[in-house]
Amino acid sequence: MAIENKNFSRRDFFRKSGAVAGSVIFASLLNPFKKVYAVEEPKGKSKWYGIGIDIEKCIGCASCVRACKNENDVPKEPFFFRNWVEQYVITNDGDVKVSSPNGGIDGYKQIVPKEDIYKSFFVPKMCNHCSKSPCTQVCPVGASFETKEGLALVDKSYCIGCGYCVQACPYGCRYINPKEGVVDKCTLCYHRLQKGIDPACMTVCPTGARIFGDLHDKESSIAKFIKENNCVVLKPQLNTGAKLFYNALSQEVH
Amino acid sequence: MEYKSLYEALAHLDGYIYPNEITLNWDLLIVMYPYITGLVAGAFILASLNRVFNIKALKPTYVISLLTALSFMLVATMPLISHLGKPQRFYEMLMTPHLTSAMAIFGFVYLWYLMVVLLLEIWFDYRYDMVIWSKQKKGFLKFVYKALTLWIKDTSPESRKTDDKIGYFITVVGIPSAFLLHGYVGFIFGSIKANPWWSTVMMPVIFLFSAMVSGIALVMFIYMVINYIRRQKNDIVCLDTIAKYLFYILIIDFALESLDQIHRIYEADESFDILKILVRGKLFFTFFIMQIGIGTLIPLSVLGFLQFKKPKEKIRKIIYLLISVCVLIGIFFMRWNVVIGGQLFSKSFYGFTSYKVNLIGGRDVLLSLLWFIVPFIILTFLLWLLPPWKKATHE
Repeated sequence: MAIENKNFSRRDFFRKSGAVAGSVIFASLLNPFKKVYAVEEPKGKSKWYGIGIDIEKCIGCASCVRACKNENDVPKEPFFFRNWVEQYVITNDGDVKVSSPNGGIDGYKQIVPKEDIYKSFFVPKMCNHCSKSPCTQVCPVGASFETKEGLALVDKSYCIGCGYCVQACPYGCRYINPKEGVVDKCTLCYHRLQKGIDPACMTVCPTGARIFGDLHDKESSIAKFIKENNCVVLKPQLNTGAKLFYNALSQEVH
Repeated sequence: MEYKSLYEALAHLDGYIYPNEITLNWDLLIVMYPYITGLVAGAFILASLNRVFNIKALKPTYVISLLTALSFMLVATMPLISHLGKPQRFYEMLMTPHLTSAMAIFGFVYLWYLMVVLLLEIWFDYRYDMVIWSKQKKGFLKFVYKALTLWIKDTSPESRKTDDKIGYFITVVGIPSAFLLHGYVGFIFGSIKANPWWSTVMMPVIFLFSAMVSGIALVMFIYMVINYIRRQKNDIVCLDTIAKYLFYILIIDFALESLDQIHRIYEADESFDILKILVRGKLFFTFFIMQIGIGTLIPLSVLGFLQFKKPKEKIRKIIYLLISVCVLIGIFFMRWNVVIGGQLFSKSFYGFTSYKVNLIGGRDVLLSLLWFIVPFIILTFLLWLLPPWKKATHE
């Protein structure tokens, strides 16, 4: 009997430790699937950045594009952009013509005769710093991540250059830097923000069409901008939690 | 495809496209990735038809299917890795996987399939024979076979029975694994909500059935080529049976893809206008001619005809050879239409870019060719090392 008991206890021991080990592995496997999104909006007073574009004020000078290229070493040739400005021309016939020559840097040519134009306007584009960002969700190694301030960044020393995030971004804001072989995108000049300086594109805008700030601070310019305007985001049907807000966006803009 | 200047690139555009979308991010290599993975899954399913579903006529292709699956599996990730901007960092995907990423999990699905399913099944299938060969051969080859048996010498009938039992069990596990493997590749594309050409729940199922179609066609092709080289007679009953299954699965595959397109056309959501122009224009040749015409309708009608009327054996063999090539080409263009087609239109829905393959000297073409040829070299080696025709008869 004594020997049998001993055997049983050893079996019990293995069974129990197996169960514990199994459940630990199972729990550790399950946990990451709780969240599909990379980051959750923090509650309370911490910063949560958002960006606003005042469409009425944009004159299409593309100073923001130039400033960004210079500040962040964005390749000038071949043609990649962290931000760009699109010109929309809607004709009386309802045709939509969009152009962005060299991101707007080369200036716009109006090819539609004046009398045929129904309306025309500029739309600056950049990373939407989505709170449910599809790009960080798909990164296979976690090199694309979201900061606690809600900015989508890339750890270039870690990125493997697979380009999956480029495919996943609905706004075309990411590209593989041909020189580095890794992905590059707008950081909202995170290096400047850390020093308390505004992002390059924000400081150079001559008309104040670009606004940014802390969405949690209801006194901030961005919070007021969203309050005073009926703001919309691009492709809201994709539920990306975009934080790039436009006032008065025409329905032709995708 | 590299453009020297912005304005050279702009000449290849139609309408408006986001500036970062001008060059294709995923090129021919990423077309090869689902193509090769699909061949693996399909070849394995054919093997399991014999082993698990006990379709005896397929016996002559059982081992060939497994070895084909292994040969292609060994290079399945290579197109993906050689396409990376930083290929030397690929292991990070396995070391520090980001668990919300479909691509990260693929590494594990791949390893599971390679290590647990394919290698084990082939090992148990060949264990007895390798012991026998290790006794017959001399010198270095003797050592190789001994190492392959892991120095196990048991040739008793009981041990063979155990091999069989475990092999059967692994195949049973292997079927859902093969489904998982290629369904997963479909999910990598189908889960991208930013791209309306990819984003459909049908994608994993379509990928799965097209994988089966391509894998079965590949094994049929390889089986006939091997017999031609060895000057052996093809087992016509086996070929007829393969062709029958190819026909059935091709019907399902075509029905699923049609359903997907019909659904897309009838719903006609915001992306429909641009996709309509894409399919009728830039994809016309690869979609209507290659994928649907050569890859689907011709094989369907010919194989369908053969179900009712059987011409002479000799003619049937030629038909099977041609049809297997047609199907292989068709599925290649199916992958092309998904991967390349999905990047030709702008996510702004206002324009298109273009993709031209540099047939001579293009890096993507050379590497893609390499990753398609290497599996055949591996297969030749495996057939030499583990010749299925020298295996001891079973039961």
